[in-house]
Amino acid sequence: MNELQFLTWVRGTGLNVAVGVFLLGVFWRLIEIYGLGRKKDLSAPRHVAGASGWHTIFRRSIPAQGMLKKSPVGYIGGFAFHIGLAIVVLLFAPHIKLIQSLTGLSWPGLPSQFIDLVAVVTLAAMVVVLADRINKPVKRFLSTFEDWFTWAVTFLPLLTGWLSVRHLLFPYSTMLALHILSVEILLIVLPFTKLFHAFTVFGSRWYNGAVNGHKGVAV
Amino acid sequence: MQGPLIEILARQGITRRTFMKYCATLASLMALPPSAGRAMAEAMAAAGVATKRPSVIWLPFQECTGCTESITRSHSPTLESLIFDVVSLDYQETLMAAAGHQAEEALHNAMKAGGYLLIVDGSIPLGLDGAYSCIAGRSNLELLKEAASGAAAIVAMGSCAAFGGLPHAKPNPTGAVSVSDVVKDKPIVNIPGCPPIPVVITGVLAHFLTFGSLPELDKHGRPKAFYGETIHDRCYRRPFYDQGKFAKTFDDEGARNGWCLFELGCKGPVTYNACATVKWNGGTSWPVESGHGCLGCSEPDFWDAGGFYKALSTPANPLKMASAAVAAGAVAGVAVSFANRGKKRAAASAHETTTLADLEK
Amino acid sequence: MSASLDKGVRVLKEVIDAPIASYFSSCVHCGLCAEACLFYTETGDPKYTPIHKLEPMRRLYEQEYTLIGRLKKVLGLSKPVTDAELGEWQELVYNSCTLCGRCSLVCPVGNDIVYMVRKFREGMAVSGHAPEGIVEATRRTVSTGSPMGVTMHAVKAQMKHVEEETGISIPLDVEGVEYMALLSSMEIINFPEYLSAIARIMKHAGKTWTLCSTGFEATNSGIQIGVSDLAKTIVSRIVEGAERLKAKTVISPECGHAYTALRWEGPNLIGRPFTFKVQHIVEVLDELRTQGLLKTEGFETDRLTFHDPCQLARRGGVIQPQRNLINMVAKNFVEMPDAGKMNWCCGGGGGVTAIERAEALRIEAFKKKKSQLEAVKPDRLVTACAVCRTTLEEGLEHYQMNIPVVGLTEIIAEHLPEQGA
Repeated sequence: MNELQFLTWVRGTGLNVAVGVFLLGVFWRLIEIYGLGRKKDLSAPRHVAGASGWHTIFRRSIPAQGMLKKSPVGYIGGFAFHIGLAIVVLLFAPHIKLIQSLTGLSWPGLPSQFIDLVAVVTLAAMVVVLADRINKPVKRFLSTFEDWFTWAVTFLPLLTGWLSVRHLLFPYSTMLALHILSVEILLIVLPFTKLFHAFTVFGSRWYNGAVNGHKGVAV
Repeated sequence: MQGPLIEILARQGITRRTFMKYCATLASLMALPPSAGRAMAEAMAAAGVATKRPSVIWLPFQECTGCTESITRSHSPTLESLIFDVVSLDYQETLMAAAGHQAEEALHNAMKAGGYLLIVDGSIPLGLDGAYSCIAGRSNLELLKEAASGAAAIVAMGSCAAFGGLPHAKPNPTGAVSVSDVVKDKPIVNIPGCPPIPVVITGVLAHFLTFGSLPELDKHGRPKAFYGETIHDRCYRRPFYDQGKFAKTFDDEGARNGWCLFELGCKGPVTYNACATVKWNGGTSWPVESGHGCLGCSEPDFWDAGGFYKALSTPANPLKMASAAVAAGAVAGVAVSFANRGKKRAAASAHETTTLADLEK
Repeated sequence: MSASLDKGVRVLKEVIDAPIASYFSSCVHCGLCAEACLFYTETGDPKYTPIHKLEPMRRLYEQEYTLIGRLKKVLGLSKPVTDAELGEWQELVYNSCTLCGRCSLVCPVGNDIVYMVRKFREGMAVSGHAPEGIVEATRRTVSTGSPMGVTMHAVKAQMKHVEEETGISIPLDVEGVEYMALLSSMEIINFPEYLSAIARIMKHAGKTWTLCSTGFEATNSGIQIGVSDLAKTIVSRIVEGAERLKAKTVISPECGHAYTALRWEGPNLIGRPFTFKVQHIVEVLDELRTQGLLKTEGFETDRLTFHDPCQLARRGGVIQPQRNLINMVAKNFVEMPDAGKMNWCCGGGGGVTAIERAEALRIEAFKKKKSQLEAVKPDRLVTACAVCRTTLEEGLEHYQMNIPVVGLTEIIAEHLPEQGA
């Protein structure tokens, strides 16, 4: 298999399979999780719960009182890498082109030098977050194989993407193919690991906000 | 420097000075030291007067003659075509005056002598025992094997000879393969491109004439001097890519402003060739300059790489399985949900009211 | 005796629901919940990380309710939950968790961890892994009516005592009143001031009220141990009493867990909404204040601070009323760092005070409260929960801090205008 054939495979068959597994997994897991249902709360609410649920989906992104000081690396590193990832994924012109070809939606991108900078910052943040996981007794204690594995499958697309744009390590076409391949691995892994929090975070925050809103606790 | 070649050139209105400059350019393109330009000029001039000029056999197989057109372009003779004045082109179907048995005889004579340079354009069909393409009743495969056996080196000219080319495109009905798929025991230089850049052809021939060897090759057998960098890296539109300025259609403002053609399917980033620096038609222009993205013609399998007008970041058809996957996921999810709810109900109906006695073992 | 792992597993299968599935699927092991838990912050031991306290339940969820978990179980690739493991987890699920719910408020993915601990205790209890102290408290509540073994006789004795002291008669089993007051056994034994305060305040506000002879105990150790069936038995006494007496509002006393057990869990335990309103005494007083029925005179001039009982504030949604009330009677009220919604637990909630073996840990965890108090250096500490009050007193004594602890209701009662004035 030559470079272009490899690239063609990852853009073709490989991506088809990855997107297929991803969609299958996402639907299966969402139904599996939320299909369990829950009992209706019969106690008289202090406030209508729904608004607090929606509110919490957004507000929980902000550290709770006093928490930033407790875990600055976790929060700042976490913010940097989540926001960086979002910028790189959603505002890099070739990615927008991809999204447009899938959905028909498009928006203006950012200059590639800026994306390059964001990618470097994001990579650095991910390394810092990893170091924090190794350093902090609690994080190390909680960590399982899955935590290291999911870190790697999130890091690799970013790294290979950046290397391919910078034309480092391998020829562009090989690097681009590796980049797409790493994204495919990420897509396949996502629904079945803790990375699925990308979806369930909304449900979890909503439940949390709704339960607290019901009691009248602003969260 | 004197000699018949210089005189021939002078007759065509090309001065000695222009010829020297051409050789110097050739040398610099091939990343050779400046002295090599003079050496090339001298080697070519000398070859032109030698009693035994280097013998070249040019075999055309499954091809379109585009490669020959590219190098000769008889309507406007260029320096490139003059390379034929310094070699003894013993067999070239399109150019030779001889035909039929005469032509075959010339071929056989040249082969008997051996030590010739074999140029191949076109792919070799293996299907139906090679019946798809025959010359004088013999298959391309047979001809190639025979001609290759006595060759000093082989130049696979154009993407068909180098990588199989368009005949090799899916579903490859003729079973077309490249020269290197057939010949394993001879030095082969691939000069892919559809067609290849003329100066690349002359450059390789000049190198062979001057140094008696093939230039340094990359892993696809291409001369590194010409195929060392991507189109994208040397493209004059590259700054627009870096700024995120893209033409969205072939007639929008971006296109008129000469912005990057990435989104219109340009394969520049994955294509190794010298178009961006050497250009075409005597340095007049090249595809990207004339407003069209690179097709990637010097890369293996470029014809099957997902569509000429699809951006590189755009996959061929990733949602092909989407609806089936969503349906399967939903079915799996609903099935698990049913099983889960059954399990939960069973646990609930098996519930015995816990009493104080139940708190201890 | 019939506690068993099977029962525990069955009950867990019953209580695991969509929120729990969502929470377990969302956890990214960031460990931030540890920073919210005083058992971790004061000991530095990672095993006290809140989400880790749920590990056996997480595995059970995965093995029972996810397709991949089921496959792994069939193929023998997953570690089954064992009785011994649940035994090991007792310390994490009971001794080092006061159900304070602070972790649920900091979790960045929104996991309501305390919700899950509450449910996990259901499985722990019926598999025989609830700590002895809470089992005993529950046994006493179910058999005698109160976790401390207080009977109606003791209540009557105290009523008599208060009547003599205040000259106000304490109504018992009066029908059609506005308020039915509950007591916590801690108050009956340790803090008789509460009953006296209620009597004086109700008289002052001109409200009708009563105690109920069949439902006087507010606390519900069935919730803390995690047995909804027993919690239902306990709460039903209050519900039946309130409905029999046709009380409009039931007043939960100065006890945090009693409030959440009745206010939020009660209707779900009995399976229908209540026909009466449930209010914490602090809410009642604040309502009387806004209606102009609660007037005070004079001010405390020493430096006061307020300890928010977790179940009242963070878990109950009552945060502002207590502040309105203190400001009625205090000139020098200061807030501790993290006061209100994010207040730190005293370390005694969730039944922890009933667990003898947890005492050393509880005292260790109290260092959090100690540092909070050291930040504001109050003369006195006000709270609105009898268990907090006892825990605070014990902790302050251990660390030799001379800060008296008082109940909010008493302070208000002390500032009521003189009779007839």
